[in-house]
Amino acid sequence: MTKDFLKGLWQENPVFVQVLGMCPTLAVTTSLINGLSMGLATTFVLVASGLAISSLRKLIPDQVRIASFMIIISSFVTVVKLLFEAHIPSISAQLGPYLPLIVTNCIILGRQEAFASKEPVSRSLMDALGMGLGFALALVILGSVRELFYQGTIGNLEILGNWYKSMVIMVQPAGAFISLSLLVALFKRISGKE
Amino acid sequence: MNQILKMVLVLTILGLISGLVLSLVSNYATPLIHKNEQEAMEEAIYYVLPETANYETKTANGKTLYVAKDEGGTPIGLAFTASGSGYQGTIKLMVGVTKDLEKVKGIEILESEETPGLGGKIRGENFKSQFRDLVARQDLTLVKAAPTEPGEVQAITGATISSKTVINTINKEINTIKELDVVKDFLSSGA
Repeated sequence: MTKDFLKGLWQENPVFVQVLGMCPTLAVTTSLINGLSMGLATTFVLVASGLAISSLRKLIPDQVRIASFMIIISSFVTVVKLLFEAHIPSISAQLGPYLPLIVTNCIILGRQEAFASKEPVSRSLMDALGMGLGFALALVILGSVRELFYQGTIGNLEILGNWYKSMVIMVQPAGAFISLSLLVALFKRISGKE
Repeated sequence: MNQILKMVLVLTILGLISGLVLSLVSNYATPLIHKNEQEAMEEAIYYVLPETANYETKTANGKTLYVAKDEGGTPIGLAFTASGSGYQGTIKLMVGVTKDLEKVKGIEILESEETPGLGGKIRGENFKSQFRDLVARQDLTLVKAAPTEPGEVQAITGATISSKTVINTINKEINTIKELDVVKDFLSSGA
């Protein structure tokens, strides 16, 4: 059980190891807060649809399983989108179209296919939590790095002093690719795989 | 046959449940979302016309005008939204002008998808503060260096298109507004 949870955070981290869900990873990580909100929204969808699909796994016929998964996933994504717009409009404006696009995040459908549709509810919950938080962790790290090098702050707290001249490239797509590849390399180095 | 029936049944039931849940959530969230939009609009009006105590909404030729009033109920200016296409998608602005339409009192960016760090700087106080009490008897003009003449605005380095869109949008909208009957009445009444 603990293993199901932990593998998502480290050994099978969706971003650093599996390199899945790259669209939101690259697009919204311009700051810590954006990365965190996207990570948590995705975690919610993963956990909710994981629970639903795992409990219905014996009822859903194999031939229509993808269609059923998509109904469930897109419903939860729409719920998240509406709640974000209603309660945290500023963050919802920052994330823009990437919030409803969680529906196309391949981590979510991938976990249902690979795990939730085959395993009992408790293990699926652990797997979804692990994968979701692993994704959120990666987005927070990437968001912090980019925010730090862009304007010298992390979560709007000043880290580097006034002398720091902002690096515009870090909030642009090129900066996203550069920071992500450096982080993946660092991750491989630490985990001793290469 | 049995298998097909099961497939149809499962998908139908899932669809029904999903529809039910979504309509409940939407019923709950829609008024809140509407309220948020209203508040953002209101905040923008108070930002572009800081002396506003309350305002009145008027519609003319499909345009919505916000007539800002001071505490005594005397009109002090007009606020209106305007949009133009920027470097990446639409830029939507709230513009506040004095009641004689001779000065821009302030602008606020309501929506923009400009590149963060470049065009995105139109949201920054440095750019927006240039429009505080800016003379607009003639069309506003964009300059590269620090402004020397009235009505000049300095473009953001590396974001000429975004800066230009803001200026052009304001000019166009002020000229349209001037021609509206409601505004003409408003101007001639000397209110």
